[in-house]
Amino acid sequence: MEVHGEIWTLKELFVYPNEYIYWSIQIVMYPFMTGLVAGAFVLSSLYHVFGIKELKDMAKFALVFSFALLFAAPMPIVLHLQYPFRGINVFLTPHFTSAIAAFGVVFFAYGAIVASEIWFFYRKHFVEVALPLKEKRDKTLLEWIRFIIFHTLTLGAYDISEESLKKDEKAIKILAGIGIPVACFLHGYAGFIFGSVKANALWMTPLMPVIFIMSAVVSGIALCMLTYIVVMEIRKVRLRSRRRPWMVSIEEVKGVEISVIRMTAKYLLVFMIFAITLELLDLIFRGYTAVKHWDILRTVIYGRDFTQIFILQYTFGNLLPFILFLLPRLSIRRAITGLLLVLMGVFMMRWNVVIGGQAFSLTLSGYMDYILPIVPHNWETFKEGIGGALGILIMPFVLFWIFSKIFPVFSSEESH
Amino acid sequence: MNQSRREFLKTGFKTILATGFSIGVFETLRPEVLAALKKEEGLRWAFVVDTTKCIGCGMCVKACKLENEIPYDVNVTRTWVERYVMTKDGRIYADSPKGARDGFIKNDPMGVTVKKEDIDKGFFVPKLCNQCENPPCVQVCPVGATYQTADGIVLVDRTWCIGCGYCIMACPYGVRFFHPVYRVAEKCNFCYHRIKKDMKPACVDACSFGARLIGNIRDPWDSVSRIIKTERTAVLKEEFGTKPHVFYLGLDSIVR
Repeated sequence: MEVHGEIWTLKELFVYPNEYIYWSIQIVMYPFMTGLVAGAFVLSSLYHVFGIKELKDMAKFALVFSFALLFAAPMPIVLHLQYPFRGINVFLTPHFTSAIAAFGVVFFAYGAIVASEIWFFYRKHFVEVALPLKEKRDKTLLEWIRFIIFHTLTLGAYDISEESLKKDEKAIKILAGIGIPVACFLHGYAGFIFGSVKANALWMTPLMPVIFIMSAVVSGIALCMLTYIVVMEIRKVRLRSRRRPWMVSIEEVKGVEISVIRMTAKYLLVFMIFAITLELLDLIFRGYTAVKHWDILRTVIYGRDFTQIFILQYTFGNLLPFILFLLPRLSIRRAITGLLLVLMGVFMMRWNVVIGGQAFSLTLSGYMDYILPIVPHNWETFKEGIGGALGILIMPFVLFWIFSKIFPVFSSEESH
Repeated sequence: MNQSRREFLKTGFKTILATGFSIGVFETLRPEVLAALKKEEGLRWAFVVDTTKCIGCGMCVKACKLENEIPYDVNVTRTWVERYVMTKDGRIYADSPKGARDGFIKNDPMGVTVKKEDIDKGFFVPKLCNQCENPPCVQVCPVGATYQTADGIVLVDRTWCIGCGYCIMACPYGVRFFHPVYRVAEKCNFCYHRIKKDMKPACVDACSFGARLIGNIRDPWDSVSRIIKTERTAVLKEEFGTKPHVFYLGLDSIVR
């Protein structure tokens, strides 16, 4: 018999008997996924609230993608819990002195905001699909299903007059406006979960929520850009194979793609600067004040985790993509490389916080190494191993594919 | 009945809100909940560990594991004993193999044989839950499955714990772990089932040297309370503001 966590923990020097790496890969995935949600939403709001016209295409897409990501965000926690079905207790008896208890409230509030924003945004489309089907006499089974789905989605509101659409737009703007602070709160409190653990020398800093928000926006924008590129590439391939005169030309798609990417990249850079500044501030401050636990933190940061922190996170995840985006004449290929690096960098940041925070013992004189389970040999090593993590990563894309069947995320008549 | 959809939704919402509120009030104002809110005047459990008396036999750990059904061979324990050895060159050796379940029977701190003449000082420190007055584990539990009783003991509700591990992370003393069988947060509770029946905790009974003592800190005539009041005691990791209620005699600055 083994205790939870023992299988992937290697202890070194003096560690308390009950200490293990209890928070494993899924707790790395959790802030990574919520970060993507918040980031995608902030990106979409840049257009809706601040009226940055160039981001229109991206904003439409980012909103739906944020919704898809939202469903994936709580999944890592569910996979992490020893009793996943008791997860509902968080909503039944929320204990509000706990940062996690706020999850239920914030998550549902945020979900409701995104859902209603999407509804207002695509309401016209729902009606346009449902109305002809409603009037059609003998519907086929497929048409019935389609009708039921879209009829439900309209929520019975069939009024798409100019006036009511204006009201919709206003509603979207308000919702996006409320959404930004809520999205930041959703992720800020994820940072608070760590930042407020006074027992952990690496985690406890009031900067944690802010650092988390900034890197969240970075990762969210990066993933949206990357997915946008992938979808545009697929569109180009499709256009090539089924060329029709009334369709948009490949050159047009290409032009739109690169201009959207260049525009969004600028916002990515801004948020990257904020994120890196805060992270470095945190590091310098710890070194400068050098309180009791700095001795062991230093050995972890500059020694044992040097590769993860300074090579993977800062050099490959921050510096290199920063240069790639700053160089003039950004190409799609260069953008893809940069974006993948940015995402890796943010993931490594989460890793270095969650796993790095458990790399040293509460005794401040021992270490723990985390061995990520790759080949699972039971349910636990699967769900808290690389398999579970990949499952979580794939989930939002599958959901997005399903959502894109309902919401015309890339309708050609609207985009240029 | 002639009712518009809007009205129906409105009334429905109001009804749900009203029912929810009244059920909530009845649930929160239960007599036992109110009684727990009002801190008992009479009793507050506290523990004294006299490190000068501990010889590191590990009988307390053994007794605890058996009494509290912590699987004997699993590498977790509600209480443990640490060994500290400081040599003349200032090197500190600290360890607690298997939580000292089998006692320290060999000269092998951290796997090193230390020559007798090299040792400046060496001693044992028993550890257990500090039953903090301000317990961070209780603060962070998202579902309220871990709570503090009126007499100061922090307990875990095994039927309600979701197993998130936040309390384990929040405890600065590393006393919490996941129970290997029940898979929920587990910790020392001063053998609450025993002390409630006027018995001593298993570790206290098992210690032949009087290194572990339990008593009521609010009772001025209680022997434990006397020690805390009249002798020079210390608590572990005071800087976290948890207000621990395990008091140590003869605590050294090298103790982690």
